[in-house]
This record gives sequence, C-alpha cells and structure tokens, in this order.
Amino acid sequence: MKFIGQRLFHSLFVLWAVVTILFLMFRLMPGNPLAAYISEALSEEDQASIMRQFGLDRPLWEQYFIYLGNLLRGELGLSFHQRTPVWEIVMSVFPNTLVLVATGLIVAYIFGIIAGAFLAWKRGTWIEAVTIPVVLGTRAAPELWVGMVLLAILSFNLGWFPSGGANSAGAFYDSELQRFLSPDFLAHLALPALTLALYLQGIPLLLMRSTMLDVMHEDFVTMARMKGLSEWRIVIRHAARNALLPVVTAFAISFGQIVGGNVVVETVFSWPGLGRLLVAAVSNSDYPLAQGAFLLVSVVLVVMNFVADVIYTLLDPRVSHARVA
Amino acid sequence: MPASLESTAAVPAPSRRSRFLRTLARAAAVPGRDPFAIVGLTIYLVFLLVALFADHLASRDPLEILFQANGRLARNLPPSSDFLLGTTHLGRDIYSQLIYGTRAALIVGVTAAIAVMIIGTLVGLVSGYFGGWIDSLLMRLADIALSIPFLPFVIVLTAFLRPSTWNIVLAVAILLWPNTARVIRSQVLTVRERAYVEAARVTGAGNGRILFVHVAPNILPLSFLYGSIAIGWAILTEASVSFLGFGDPDVVSWGYMLQDAFVSQALSRGSYHWFVPPGICIVLVVVAGFFVSRGYEEVLFPKLRD
Repeated sequence: MKFIGQRLFHSLFVLWAVVTILFLMFRLMPGNPLAAYISEALSEEDQASIMRQFGLDRPLWEQYFIYLGNLLRGELGLSFHQRTPVWEIVMSVFPNTLVLVATGLIVAYIFGIIAGAFLAWKRGTWIEAVTIPVVLGTRAAPELWVGMVLLAILSFNLGWFPSGGANSAGAFYDSELQRFLSPDFLAHLALPALTLALYLQGIPLLLMRSTMLDVMHEDFVTMARMKGLSEWRIVIRHAARNALLPVVTAFAISFGQIVGGNVVVETVFSWPGLGRLLVAAVSNSDYPLAQGAFLLVSVVLVVMNFVADVIYTLLDPRVSHARVA
Repeated sequence: MPASLESTAAVPAPSRRSRFLRTLARAAAVPGRDPFAIVGLTIYLVFLLVALFADHLASRDPLEILFQANGRLARNLPPSSDFLLGTTHLGRDIYSQLIYGTRAALIVGVTAAIAVMIIGTLVGLVSGYFGGWIDSLLMRLADIALSIPFLPFVIVLTAFLRPSTWNIVLAVAILLWPNTARVIRSQVLTVRERAYVEAARVTGAGNGRILFVHVAPNILPLSFLYGSIAIGWAILTEASVSFLGFGDPDVVSWGYMLQDAFVSQALSRGSYHWFVPPGICIVLVVVAGFFVSRGYEEVLFPKLRD
C-alpha cells in the first residue's frame, strides 16, 4: 500500500509538471494566442477588451493560477472557432477514440500473446528465423502507410469497407451503445482497428516470447517436466501464465500511449476522435481546443502508467514471495 | 547485467586503452557473426550511397513540373522508361522525389540520433556517477519527458515554432533522451564500483577525468545501440508529422510524398507506384536500425544468446 501511495504521489507530480509545461507552451510561444479572434479591423479598445475578457492582460503568474483553478473545476474554456465549451467537444469525440484504441489493442494482444508463446516454443527453428524479421518489419512500417495501402486495396479497389468516418451520413441511433454495436459502425471501425492492431501486435509478441524463454528455465518448469507433464501443458499452464505479467503491464502502458499516438490513424481514416480533433485544432490555431485535447491525452497517459505500476506490484508473485524465500 | 563486462572486471587491472580497444573490436566483429547485423549495415550503406549521390541518381529536379511532348501537363502518368515510377498529380517525377527523400530521411535520422545520444549519454553519466539530488532531479525530468504524449507534442511544437526539419529533430530530442539516459545511468552505477575506477580515485584523479576517461568508454557501445534505434524513430516521426501537414514545405521527404499522394486521391485512383515505394523505403531504413541494434545487443548482453 505504501508503494502505491508513493506512485500515486509521483503520478500527481508528473501530471502537474505536464500541465505546467502545457501552459507555458501555449502562452510563451511566438504568435498571439488570440490571432484568430482579434482582427486588424477591430479598434485598439475592442482588442484590449477582448484581451481582458480572456484574462490575457494580467501577469503570467496570475494567469497560471487562474488556469490551474479552472482545470481543477473541469473548466477548459471555449473553443475559438466553434464557440462552445471545449469540455463538451472533447468529450463528444473521446468515446470514438476509446473504442478504436481498445479494439485495436485487444486484437493485437490476443494475437501477440498466442503467437509469442508459439514462437518461444519453436525457438531455434526455421519458423522463428522467418517470423522474427517479419514482425520487426511490422514494427517498422509507418501506421499511416499501412493504413493507406489497406484503404487503397480493401476499400477503394475491392469496395469491402467504407473509406472513412465512423458512421454513414444520416445514420441515427438511440444511444451510444446502440451506435457502437451497429453493423455500419463496425464496418467503419474494421480498417482503422486492423491498422492499429498490425502496428501494435509486435510488442506483446516479442515480449511474450522473451519472457517465455526466461520462464522456461525456471525451477517450477523443470519440476513440471520431471513430473512428466506434456510439453503443451507445460507451455500453457505453467510458463505462459507466468509470462503474462509483463504483457499485462505493457497493455496498460500501450493504452496510454496509443490514445495520444493515434493522431495518424485517425487522420488517415477520417475517424472523428481525439487525435484528429487535436490536429485540426492546431491547424486552425484553436488554442483552447488544442490545449484541452492535449490535456486529456496526457491525463490518460499518466493514469495508465500508474495503473501499470499498480498491476505490476499487485500481480507479480515474485514481489510477494521474495520475502518468504 | 552484461556478463562480459563483469568478467573484464575480474581480470587484474587491464589497461584502460586495451579495454576500450577490446570493446571496439568486439563491436566491429559483430557483422561477421550476426547475419541480421550484416543485412542492417548493408541497407544503411546502400541508403547512404543513394543520399550522397542523389544529384547523379535522380533524373530530374524533384519539384520540377513536367510537360509532355504535346505540351500538356505530365500528370498522373504510370511508370515508364522516361518516368521510372510515373509522375504525381502536379506532374513531378516520383522516382527523383524518392531519391531525394533518402537524403532528407538520413539527415533527420542521423541528427536526431546524435542529439539523443549526446543528451542521453551525458545525463546518464552525470546522474549515475554523482547520484544524490542531481540524480533525483535528472530522473524526475526523465519521468516528465516520458509522460508527454509524443506525437501531439511534436505537432504542437513544430506548429508553434515553424514547420521545419530542425524543429522536428528538436522535438524528438527533447522527448527521446530519457530512454537512453536511464539505461546508461544503470550501467554507470555498476561501472562506478569497479576496481579500476576505485584505483583511479585513490591515485587522485578528478571526477571529470574518472567520468570521461574511465567510465565513459565502457558505456559508449550502449549509446551507439540506442542511437541506432533513434534513427528509425526520428524517420518515422518525420514521416508522420509531414503527413499531418506540419512538415517542412520546402523539403521533399518520404512523409511529404505520402501526404501529397494522400491528398491528391492517389488511393482511389490506385496509383500504387506513387505511395508504395516511399513506405517500403521507410520500412527498410527502420528495420535496418532494428537489425543492427539487435546484432549489437547480443554482443553487449550475451545472456540473450544462450
């Protein structure tokens, strides 16, 4: 518990630091943050009144504390372009990102865990010699390019999948859940999720393989062998179960990273999510919106890193057995 | 912990120079033993030659707008003997763009890798050697840098500063040094306790001398390992950032080509000759980095080789 408390404090400290960097980035960068708002046509007085309205006439430290106070109350300001609260805009697209990331990750991890365990079992054979370079190749392929190739072949050429967006125009659903389960949504989800899964499967695969190789040398596996258990049973029941821990931790960390790293996939498939919103907001100089989207992505990243820490302490048998031994 | 470094410590007082030379010799002998490293280094060499001789290999200026004999714009042409990979929507030669893209990719990759190596190695050395509050401070900084969403940060920074290759390199360096620093630091922690470092300290060598003359040579191979991974990361990042429209508008890179193809409807037109080659080039360079680092990793961490 003490350890978890320490990690929690550490996460809060990191979150505060990131929030501060974000503030400084958006205030100290060259260019007036209100350039999109204030036009040359406005009189000096009008310009000054807008500056006052946004609190930009006050000293920087005062602005900083107002900003921190607003964040604690969940107040992210108004979007320059849409003139609606940032919080509402960000939250309206966040579920789309979560569904896409979760689908891609789950597919990638199920495939990666099975294939990784299989490859560890086949250590030193030609199967390994062929597969490892291919897996490294998928790690090296830019997501945007994989997405483009899939789009060109499966969508434009064969017409099996829609070419972008999350829903066909005019579709209406009673609830979000109903929308997520509709065949139309799933057809739109397939290609971006596949792109994400192709890119991500290498992490659990390589991790599973290397921890399996480590575990296979431990005493309890030798013991199981001596008991005469079948090789398959040893791999599944004894080795794989113990090799899963680092993979579960990696899942949590990946989840945090992909929510922020998803900008590219969402742009290729015009997926209405957080990443695409961020890119659009930065391009349009919609600073409050960009800052809000960036902030949400950072919070997810820090929270998932914390979750990974907690999972690791709670689940690792070696952490709890070490004292007994 | 690398077993080979442990065993060098057991040998009674090997001279510093011979130890350093031995590390280098071990590193240089890798390609002979590891087929992955041979492939990786060969790919690097080919791309390096292409980048160096781009002016001779490319048949045209990558941004020149070309016309056909009948005076019409040479747009969206399929591959032919005249245009090896066809032309773009604006009538530019795709093959020449691909050749010049190699140069852009290597410049981004190598400068980012050098920056990451230098920052990561210095921070790791100082942090691991001095410990105490300096160590705490630097490692907290590393934690913070690792908690900033990577691509969003690069996009915002390049958009604010000015879309240019150097700002992409800057952003990559700011966020990527902690990985290297952490590994170097943990290595320094073990090297610091070795007998020859103790001996140097007893003979009155200063901190700076011990750090750079006695400790640093032992961890240099690790810096190169992490540097070669950073090359691929930087190239992938440049491609993503250019694709999202925040790249240097004056530099023809593989990311620029992919973006150009994407927004010019090359996908629906099925112009595979346009958007497939740049992707393959990116995969090859990044994979080469993985192969080289994998080969070197096996020499640096012999445990993996059992």
